[in-house]
Amino acid sequence: MSEAISEPVIALGRGARSLRRLLREPLGAFGLFLVVAVIGAAVFADLLASADPSRISPRDRFMPPGAEHLLGTDQLGRDLFSRVLHGGRIALTVALGSTGVSLLIGIALGLISGYGPRWLDNVLILLFDAIKSFPTVMLALAFVTLFGPSLTAVVVVVIIINVPGYARIIRTQTIALKNAEFVTAAQSMGASTARILRVHVLPNVIGPILILASMDIPVVIAIEAGMSFLGLGVRPPTPSWGAILNDGFASIRESVWIVVAGGIPIILTTLGFTFLGETLRDVFDPRLKAR
Amino acid sequence: MLNYAIKRLGLAVVIVSVAMFLLFSMIYLIPGDPASVALGPRATEAMKAALRERMGLDQPIWVQFWNFYSGAWTGDLGTEILSERPVLTVVMEQLPYTVALIVGGISWSVALGIPLGCLAAVRRGGWVDRIVGVLSVAVIAVPSFVIAIYALLIFAVWLQWLPAIGAGEPGEPGDQLVHLILPSLAVGIGWVGYIARMVRASMLEVLEASHIRTAYAFGLPDNQIIYRYALSIAILPTVTLLGIGIGQMLSSAVFAEIVFSRPGVGKLVYDAILTRNFPVVTGAVLVTTAFFVLLNLIADLIVGALDPRVRSNF
Amino acid sequence: MPVLSVTGLNVRFSTEDGSVHALKDVSFDVPERRIVGVVGESGCGKSTLINAILGLLAKNGEVSKGSILFQGDRDLTKLGATEMRALRGEEIATVFQDPMGALNPVFSVGQQMVNVQYRSGLSKAEKRKRASEMLKQVRIPDAEAALSRYPYEFSGGMTQRIAIAMALMMEPALLIADEPTTALDATLEVATIELLQELQVKIGCSVLFISHHLGVVAELCEDVVVMYAGEVVERGTVRQVFNDPRHPYTVRLLECDPARQKKRMRHLPTIPGEIPDLRARPEGCIFAPRCHRRFGACANTPPDMETGTGHVARCFLADQPEPVGAQG
Repeated sequence: MSEAISEPVIALGRGARSLRRLLREPLGAFGLFLVVAVIGAAVFADLLASADPSRISPRDRFMPPGAEHLLGTDQLGRDLFSRVLHGGRIALTVALGSTGVSLLIGIALGLISGYGPRWLDNVLILLFDAIKSFPTVMLALAFVTLFGPSLTAVVVVVIIINVPGYARIIRTQTIALKNAEFVTAAQSMGASTARILRVHVLPNVIGPILILASMDIPVVIAIEAGMSFLGLGVRPPTPSWGAILNDGFASIRESVWIVVAGGIPIILTTLGFTFLGETLRDVFDPRLKAR
Repeated sequence: MLNYAIKRLGLAVVIVSVAMFLLFSMIYLIPGDPASVALGPRATEAMKAALRERMGLDQPIWVQFWNFYSGAWTGDLGTEILSERPVLTVVMEQLPYTVALIVGGISWSVALGIPLGCLAAVRRGGWVDRIVGVLSVAVIAVPSFVIAIYALLIFAVWLQWLPAIGAGEPGEPGDQLVHLILPSLAVGIGWVGYIARMVRASMLEVLEASHIRTAYAFGLPDNQIIYRYALSIAILPTVTLLGIGIGQMLSSAVFAEIVFSRPGVGKLVYDAILTRNFPVVTGAVLVTTAFFVLLNLIADLIVGALDPRVRSNF
Repeated sequence: MPVLSVTGLNVRFSTEDGSVHALKDVSFDVPERRIVGVVGESGCGKSTLINAILGLLAKNGEVSKGSILFQGDRDLTKLGATEMRALRGEEIATVFQDPMGALNPVFSVGQQMVNVQYRSGLSKAEKRKRASEMLKQVRIPDAEAALSRYPYEFSGGMTQRIAIAMALMMEPALLIADEPTTALDATLEVATIELLQELQVKIGCSVLFISHHLGVVAELCEDVVVMYAGEVVERGTVRQVFNDPRHPYTVRLLECDPARQKKRMRHLPTIPGEIPDLRARPEGCIFAPRCHRRFGACANTPPDMETGTGHVARCFLADQPEPVGAQG
């Protein structure tokens, strides 16, 4: 019983130590700084940017960066700084939301696959492999063609793409644990399957999967931006980095500032999350490096 | 080896079959019926009925699936809605452009990734290693379409060194190659990072092996030991990696084709989406999926052929 | 003139936890056309010794003192990388312990045997011929065909014979054999030892034979060097050392050799205690903490005492031998 009590304390101590180790790595500290900055900018978008991201003013089209418009304006005269900050909200919401849902579904399917009957496992594995065999963008394009472009479509596509990967890892770990002594012991004492999964299996598989999921966040941000860039994601006039990039690309010969405004946040965010994720992985679970 | 090839081929067929089933279910699950989606809101009932009949949508679902499934294996992917040309023909016309783009991407990633990874491993812990490490992570992280747009902005719009759009004049390989440089760089650059990391890791492992120690003990030149004895082993996992990579490069190729206005499967699908020409979309998705599965298969078989140890196991 | 003459060799490795003094004042000779055995437990510095001779010490390692004279004139500790490389494979050849891992898995045996002759100036066909002749000498059946096969196609015993063939092909003056038979089973071990003996006579080279198997050393070698924790504690002819050991460590080591047990025992005898931490090499005799004969003087470094011609032990009591089996 004492183990159960001391566990959070140990975890807390380990957390603080890990944070220090993370900050000692220049790349990890840089990544953390970028991530905090991006999240902060998105949360406080309304305070930081006074302009309405969707207000059109035809007189101020294609303005270069200046005191009034920090990043200039786009082809409709909208303030790019404000659009970039509000676009960050979309990107982060999609990234965190769809990754969270993918995790839930992936963990559930993985546990079912690893702990459930053999035939179900085989069916699920085949399904995962088949989904993985679609090239990502092709799957997204097919999906959007059939269901129409929307933010929901982006989220669903991300979930479809992510779930098989998570489920497979959970499955492998569950199968490895299934025969572990403490699980067998629990079984012999008559614990129900649900309880075994919740109390004995889940806590052991959750750590690595969270780190892997955090490393997938930049990928999700790229998918959202990419689909919005193709006009298959968020609908106008909702601001999104991909959409800004698309606006800028269409008028690249009038003004380069729109492309710069749309691309730089994508680059900084994906870099930040990747540097942070890589360092987290090295600090917490060096075994995953082999993946 | 033959046994192994047959087993892998069988698995590939099953996976493509399931993928087809998924695709079919997706079409079938569309809210509203495919005919009205395809024809848009202004279509008359008669037009929809005619299209439904032509597409076989009036038949029971399992008959529809069987027609779709058996048709696909015999190369019948339906006909394009506007021109009524066979979808397979349309897709196959565009495929060579996409293949060229991906081959270009692979060339970039191999040509830059292997030497960089090798260098990082040999100079382990030095500043070269550190720079290669950070750059690898960076090019993996940044989405390829952002790189494509910035490459276009810098090299085609500002510097005007390279052409911005199109695939070059047909029949002029030189011109086509010049048009391939930027898009294929955008497609391949992320994989420079993956390959550099992979080669570095496997190189470090191989350099520890006892046969490398033997090679040193026999007084072989350092360069031969590193670049022949060690690299020829360290390079093996890269082939498998590229098999997976081709799928992702295909995704990047879609963006590159759109950004650089190049013909290709990606551009075809994109245009088909905008014109609701959905037999083309499903057809192209199927062809590229089969293509992708086939390439993975080939990559596995190549690893088998390159590595005598793997070869002996089958 | 000895082929190899190691004098007062010291090797240090710099690590994060400080400097490791891996070899301390190691001295011994490998006379011409003789087989010298080096025995000791794992971790006694045998591999470091080989790497120091071959000039293949890890980047953090260096020879801090001493010399390794090769054929009387060249000090291997002072040669440059290029000169060292010219020596390796040509004049000093090596056979390593792990036969399956010692050959490159993706090149055929022939390719590798041709490759190591890159300095010979022979034509490709001549190199192949020489390789296949050498394979015949180590009794690889169908040597010609064996050249185009890959290492994994041979058994462990055969790969070890191929490794021996590759090492002796250039007719080196010195062969370093690093536990070449440890990974083999007993029958193969005997066959490999006999083969080595036969080829050594034929080629007329000297052999430095590293092993922890005392029986093999007694069988094969003429001289023996006993190492403990990076020091040579005793050396001499096999007869001197095995029949009249003068260092307490040698005595214990001989007692622990299962092959030398005179009567059946329930447990194999072991030497109590552990090998000292070389990061903090204790002052005085290195074996003192585990030695049952230690006394006050052992806190000082013992001298190398010569008790017979070429029989040297690093112990204050070397001239007062204890009878074998007196203890334990």
